[in-house]
Amino acid sequence: MYLQDLIFALSRYWADNGCVVEQPVDVAVGAGTFPPATFLRVLGPEPWNAAFPQFCRRPGDGRYGENPNRLGAYYQFQVGLKPAPLDIQDLYLESLRRIGLDPRDHDIRCVEDDWESPTLGAWGLGWEVWADGMEVTQFTYFQQAGGIDLMPVTGELTYGVERIAMYLQDVDSIFDIKWDKHVTYGQLRHPWEVEYSRFHFEESDAAFYFELFDRYERECARLLERRLTLPAYEHCMKSSHAFNVLDARGAISVTERQRFIGRVRKMARECAEAYVRSRAALGFPLLPAADGARARAAFDAAADDGVNAQALAAARAVSPLRAAPDGGADGAVAGEGGAP
Amino acid sequence: MIGRDLVFEIGCEEIPARMLARALAELPGLARARLDEARLAVRELEAVGTPRRLTLVVRGLPERQPDLRERVVGPPVGAAFGKDGAPTRAAIGFAQKNGVAPEALERAEVAGKKGLYVVATRHVPGRPTFEVLPELLAGLIPAIPWPKSMRWGWSELGFVRPLHWLVALWGDEVVPVRWAGLVAGRHSRGHRFLAAGAVELPSAESYLERLRAAFVVASPDERRRLCAAELARLEAETGATAIPDPALLDEVTNLCEYPVGVAGAFDPAFLEVPEEVLVTTMRNHQRYFAMRAAAGALAPRFVTIAATVTRDAAVVRAGNERVLAARLADARFFFAEDRKKDLDALRARLDDVVFQAKLGAARSTGDKVRRIEGIVAALAERVTFDARVAGRAAALCKSDLLTGVVGELPELQGVMGGHYVRHALATDPAWAGDAARVGQAVSEHYMPRGAGQPLPASVEGAVVGIADRIDTLVGCFGTGLEPTGSADPYGLRRAANAILAICLDLGRGGAREAVGQGAGWPISLDYLIEVAAQQFAGKVEITDTDCGELHEFFRGRLRTLLVDEGLAALDVDAALGAGFDDVCDARLRARALAVVPAAAREVFKRIANILDDAGGKGVAISGEVRPALFEADGNAEHRLWDAFTAAHDRLEAARARQAYRDMFAILVELQPTVAAFFDKGGVMVMDPRPDVRDNRLSLLQRILAPFAAIADFRVAAGAAS
Repeated sequence: MYLQDLIFALSRYWADNGCVVEQPVDVAVGAGTFPPATFLRVLGPEPWNAAFPQFCRRPGDGRYGENPNRLGAYYQFQVGLKPAPLDIQDLYLESLRRIGLDPRDHDIRCVEDDWESPTLGAWGLGWEVWADGMEVTQFTYFQQAGGIDLMPVTGELTYGVERIAMYLQDVDSIFDIKWDKHVTYGQLRHPWEVEYSRFHFEESDAAFYFELFDRYERECARLLERRLTLPAYEHCMKSSHAFNVLDARGAISVTERQRFIGRVRKMARECAEAYVRSRAALGFPLLPAADGARARAAFDAAADDGVNAQALAAARAVSPLRAAPDGGADGAVAGEGGAP
Repeated sequence: MIGRDLVFEIGCEEIPARMLARALAELPGLARARLDEARLAVRELEAVGTPRRLTLVVRGLPERQPDLRERVVGPPVGAAFGKDGAPTRAAIGFAQKNGVAPEALERAEVAGKKGLYVVATRHVPGRPTFEVLPELLAGLIPAIPWPKSMRWGWSELGFVRPLHWLVALWGDEVVPVRWAGLVAGRHSRGHRFLAAGAVELPSAESYLERLRAAFVVASPDERRRLCAAELARLEAETGATAIPDPALLDEVTNLCEYPVGVAGAFDPAFLEVPEEVLVTTMRNHQRYFAMRAAAGALAPRFVTIAATVTRDAAVVRAGNERVLAARLADARFFFAEDRKKDLDALRARLDDVVFQAKLGAARSTGDKVRRIEGIVAALAERVTFDARVAGRAAALCKSDLLTGVVGELPELQGVMGGHYVRHALATDPAWAGDAARVGQAVSEHYMPRGAGQPLPASVEGAVVGIADRIDTLVGCFGTGLEPTGSADPYGLRRAANAILAICLDLGRGGAREAVGQGAGWPISLDYLIEVAAQQFAGKVEITDTDCGELHEFFRGRLRTLLVDEGLAALDVDAALGAGFDDVCDARLRARALAVVPAAAREVFKRIANILDDAGGKGVAISGEVRPALFEADGNAEHRLWDAFTAAHDRLEAARARQAYRDMFAILVELQPTVAAFFDKGGVMVMDPRPDVRDNRLSLLQRILAPFAAIADFRVAAGAAS
C-alpha cells in the first residue's frame, strides 16, 4: 500500500464513519493535537468528528536525513471522535483491517501510555497500540485541555503514517517508503530533512526567534482582548513552534525551559477559555438548536463559577444521560447490558 | 449449609498491567470487608482477571444473613422516664428506632458509664443473600483503587478505562447488579480476536472453564505459568536461555488474555553495544526477554509474549524483529555518539541541570558534583582509598546524565557512565592505566540500587556513592525536604540505608570486614555529616538542628536495618542509646547484648535509675570511692567493690578489643553481687550521712560507667520492671 493510499484509506474509512475530513492547519505544529480542529473542538458540549493528515514538525528530532527511523517532521493521521462512542475500539480495529493490519495475522494490543501535553495544559488516558511490537497508534481519551475538564470526552486516534507504511511495504528506511508508484518518501522529504536539520541545529537565529516568541505572545494577548479567539490561538501555535526551534538550537537552558512551557500553557488556557465563551455566545451552533439554547442558558447561569464550571454545566444540560431513568443517580453510560 | 459460588466480573477496556496487578491484590480485601459487614461468612474468596476483566470469585456464599440480636444502649434512665415512671419522648423514640415496645426497654449498668441506662435488645432478621448482593457488589466497583481514573462518553463517573459489561452469577442465578447504566447478566466476552462476542455462562462454577474455551485464561497465576512454559518451549527450540526477569514476567502476564510466545533474532553485529543497553532496550521499549547462549554470553535473540494466536507466527516474528532492529540501531547510534563526547565538557553543562531547586545558589547538578568531589577529598583524610581514582570518578560521576543512552534509558545511569569513562580515559596518557578503575567507581557509585542489592565492589565506588548520598541527605534536611510519614519523594531513606549498608559491610563485623580492616571503616557519621555540611558553606545554611535531625534519621534507619538483620529491637535500642557514630561498633554491641539475661538487665537498670534520681534531685556525685567509708568488712558494698576492682582490668581489656560479649559476660558475673547490694541485708544508698551516700552513689557510678558506655540499660530491660 502506497503511503498516499494509506492516507486515502483512512480518510475514506473515517468519512464513512461520520468524520469531517478537514484539511490540515496551515501553521507549523508539533502534533495533530495542536490544530484548532483538535485542541479547540474538544472543548464544550458540541459534538465533533474529524479526520485529517497533519504535517508535524519536531525540530529537535531531526537527524540530517541520516537516521532511517527518525525525522524532524512527519505525518500524523489524526482522528477525533466527540463524544467517543462506546464502540470506538471496534471502529479503530476495523480501520486497521482496512489498511492491511488484520488481527488474524498480527499481534495487536493496547499497552498503557498516558498522554500529557504540558504546553497545552492537556492530558488523557489511553494506550499506544502495538502491531507486532510496533507502535502504530496513540489512542487517548482526552480528559482535560487548556486546563478545562472535558465533557463529553473526545477519543483521539493518532496514526503514525510512516511507521505503518514501512511495515506494510517491508522497507527498512523511512526514505525508501513509496509515496506512490513513482516517488519515494526520500525523494520528497530527504532534502527538507537535511536542510532543516542544519537550520534547526546550526543556523537558526536565536535572537530572532526569542523576539518572535515574545511578539507572538503579546499578539495573542492583544487579540484575546479584541475577542478574536481564532487568530489569538494561531499566535499561540506560532509561539509554541518558536519555542521548539529555540529548544532544538539549545538556546533555552533547563531552568528557562519550564518558564517558556508555562508561558505557552497560559496562552493555550486563555484561548481555550475564550473559545468556550465564544461558542456559548453563538449558542453552541453544532448542537441541535434547542439543545444549543439550553446549553447556552446553563452556561450563562453558571457565570459566577468560572469557565470550567460553566462548560460542565452546559454539557450537563444537554447530556443524553440526564433523561435516563437512573442516569441522575449514577451518571449512566449509554446502556450496554451484559445480557442480550 | 454449604452455600453457592458467586462470580462477579467487571468487563472493560485494557487495564494497564501494573494497575491490574494492584487492583487484583486489593479486590479480595474490599469484598471481604463488605461481606463481613453484611454478616455473610464465605468459605473462600479470590480475585482473578485479565487486561479486560476483573473478577471476584467467592466460594460457599450462604443463602441468607444470620439473624442479628444486639443490645443497644439508649439514654440514661433519668432522661428516659418521667417522675411518674412513664417513658419520656426520648425513650419512646429510642424504642421505636430499634423496633421494640417501650415496655420492653431494660435498665442496666453500662461498662464505662456511671448510673443506669436504658437498653433495648434489637432483633434484625437476616435478609436473603440475593437481596443483599446487588448493592454490595455495585459498591465494589467505585471502591477499587486506581492511580488514575478517567471519564468517558458523557459519564461523570470514573474508572480506570471505559466499562463495557458486568457479569454477576450466584450459582446459576443472575444477580442484577447495576452500575453506570450497565446491568449484570450471564454473558461475558471472549478473547477480542480469537473468540469475539458473548460467552454465555450457565453458572458461576463454569466461569473459568467457559472463558478458557473462549481463549481467555482468567487466572493470572495460570497465565504466568503459561508464559513461563512458552519461554521454556522457546528455550528448548533455540538452545538459548531467557534471562530470568520476574518483574517482566509479571508484566507480560498482565498484557494478555492468552499468551503465545514468539522467538526472534537480531543482527549479531549489535552485540558490540554493551549488553546492558541491549537488554534494557528490549525490556523497557518492547517487553522482550533477552537470551543468553550456552556459554553465558548474550545471544542475538529474544522472546516476546504475543497476546493472540495468528495464522502465521513468522509474520509476527518478522514484525517484532523489524521493530527491534530499529530500536537497536537507535541505541547503537546514541552509544556511538555518546562515546565521542568529552565527559569534562558534559560536566560543565551540568551547571544548567537542576538537581534540587530549593537549594538556591547550590541547586545545579554541577554544584552537586563539586560538593561530591569536596566530600571525597575530605574522606581521604579518614579512610584509605586511591584518592586520585576516586577524585576523578567523583568529577565524572554525573556526566552521563547528559548522554543520549541515559536520556533514553534512565535506569542505566552510572552503568553508562562507567562505559564512557573507561572509553575516554583509555586514550588519555595520564589516566590510561587507571581507566578501568575510574570507570568501575563511576558505575558502582549508585550501588546498592535497592535493599538487598549488590554493594560496590571497589572502595572508590563506595566512597563516591557515600559522598553523593550524604550530599543529598544534608541538602534536603537543610532545606526542609526531609521525609514525612510514608512519603519520601527524594528517596532519602534509601540513600541513608545505602550509606549504612556500605559501612556495615566494610566495617568490623561486616561480610567484607577484611577489605575495610585498618582502612578507616566505618566512616564516622558525625564526620560525614560535618564534611557534607561544609560543602554548602556560603550558599545554603545548614544548621546544627538540621545535622541533629539527620543524625536521628540515621538512628531510625540503622535500627530498622539491624532489626531486619534479626537482632532484638530492645538490644538494638539499648546499643544505639549508647551511641552509633561508629555504626559497626553499635552493631557489635547490639549483637553482644543477646547474652545478657533479663535479671542482669534489671539490676543494671536499677543502678541507672538510682543515679538518674540522684541527678534529678541535684545530688552531686564525686565519683570517688573510699573503701574506708564502707560500713563493715565483708558487707555488700565491700564485696561489690572488690568484685568490680577484680574485674576492672579484664573489662578494660575487653573494651579495647571491642569484645562486648566478654564485657557483658563480666556484667552477668557481677549481677548477683549487685543484687545482694540492693537486696535485704544490703545497704541503703540514699543514706542520710552525705559522705556515705556519696560513696555509695560513686560506687554505683563506677560500676555502671563501663557498661553505660556500650548500652543504655534504661532501655535494655524493656518497659515493664
